[in-house]
Amino acid sequence: MLSRRRFFFRAAISTLAAQIGLHFRAAAQRLPTLHPNDSRAARAITINVNGVERTLTVEPRVTLLDALRDRLGLTGTKKGCDQGTCGACTVMVNGRRIDSCLTLAVMHAGDRVVTVEGIAQNGVLHPVQRAFITHDGFQCGFCTPGQIVSAVALLNEGKRLDRETIRTEMSGNLCRCGCYPHIVDAVLEAAGTS
Amino acid sequence: MNSFRYAKPSSPSAALTEFAGERGARYVAGGTNILDLMKIAVESPPLLIDINALPLTSIEVTGDAIHVGALARLTDVAENESVRTHLPLVAIALAQSASPQLRNMATIGGNLLQRTRCPYFRDTATPCNKRAPKSGCGALGGEIRREAVLGTSEHCIATHASDLAVALAALDATVHVTGLSGNREIALHDFYRLPGDTPHVETSLDPGELIVTVSLPLLSYGARSTYLKVRDRAQYDFALASAAVALDLSGGTIRQARVALGGVATIPWRLPQAEVLLRNAPATRDTFEQAADAALAEARGRGGNDYKIALAKRTLVRALEIATA
Repeated sequence: MLSRRRFFFRAAISTLAAQIGLHFRAAAQRLPTLHPNDSRAARAITINVNGVERTLTVEPRVTLLDALRDRLGLTGTKKGCDQGTCGACTVMVNGRRIDSCLTLAVMHAGDRVVTVEGIAQNGVLHPVQRAFITHDGFQCGFCTPGQIVSAVALLNEGKRLDRETIRTEMSGNLCRCGCYPHIVDAVLEAAGTS
Repeated sequence: MNSFRYAKPSSPSAALTEFAGERGARYVAGGTNILDLMKIAVESPPLLIDINALPLTSIEVTGDAIHVGALARLTDVAENESVRTHLPLVAIALAQSASPQLRNMATIGGNLLQRTRCPYFRDTATPCNKRAPKSGCGALGGEIRREAVLGTSEHCIATHASDLAVALAALDATVHVTGLSGNREIALHDFYRLPGDTPHVETSLDPGELIVTVSLPLLSYGARSTYLKVRDRAQYDFALASAAVALDLSGGTIRQARVALGGVATIPWRLPQAEVLLRNAPATRDTFEQAADAALAEARGRGGNDYKIALAKRTLVRALEIATA
């Protein structure tokens, strides 16, 4: 049986919910509708992501990171600091590693983007990925996609690598678990085998 | 990030026209600074003009200078063979900037125009004369460990963040710009403005003017140069103090010297008094220490940043020792 108190409580909740619903509908109506020619409006762009031409519709303010994660469902690339400090969002654009949080998707129409999902080929792990497993180069794993993409790009850069240069060249990727010695081990091994 | 209009012109003149058509427009090249500032609402331009289609990425060497396109990436300039051989202070300053990822994005022009990292500039909840003219200075009376000791005023003590600009100050680089009223050249020592009572005016660029090229003079003794950066961690941080030095050395005597400091001043800080003391002096630690004392003679700490005066002196002395070794 419904107690009086519970009845009033439910009534109050449903009234509140209705008001919130009205409020949101009003807010939605207040949002300006952008003319399709307005350059603030979403536009279709095509980006080659992991070897596949992907067409997506984004507003200019959408970062490459958000486009990859939220529009293309490629959530391997992580959003850590969202201000270019941590490197968790590292992807390769036209072969170079960058922080995808500090660039806009619309700035990359026609570019080739490689995310962590595109590192393994035909189901075969990249030597960097194998080495991260062998050397236990992660704990929580949040920074790992950025570490791996950064390391793959580093190997492609063709520098002579030793422990010290790896520490320097990987300094754009922070690991708050503190796996750095194992990450250096992994990159050093991958540098010798790839 | 607030929404904004977006344009991607393909020529400098088209970019200038876009800028002139929208009050408060901003250019974006690497994006590493402007997009960061837009996310924290320090900047909210109604129009963002993407200049990456402009043909300004080349690095060309002529008889007396290396001409670097404004859109050349820091990585490309740091690894350029001519820059590394003839002007190591520039290559080192760039290689010690930011992280590999950010150096692949950031441009030479953008680096020179980067905004201060002063936490009060970046926090819209606090006053800042640079961000909101005449609102006051949050740093004065606040946490000032990273703030400047040279070139400050009662309105602003924010440190200039660029490493490259310090090397270019020592070199006497030239900035070539284009605007609706034509092209002009600005010497680096005329490019940056002291904060004074207008900290929001940071350079001598007119609104909308674009940097197209930065010319690095091939100093005859540029090969004997270095950049020393001191920071809280070994990599990937802004300078607490830095020194760019180039020396013309002959038999243990300094013939000519170029020195500038970073991380301690409101603009890249060339040191003419120190250069006079170094000229025709023996390349000894004693000489270097006298030059360093002269360099910091007018420095003013405000408590939390007093340590920077001693740190800058030691940084300069060590940079001179490295360059003479």
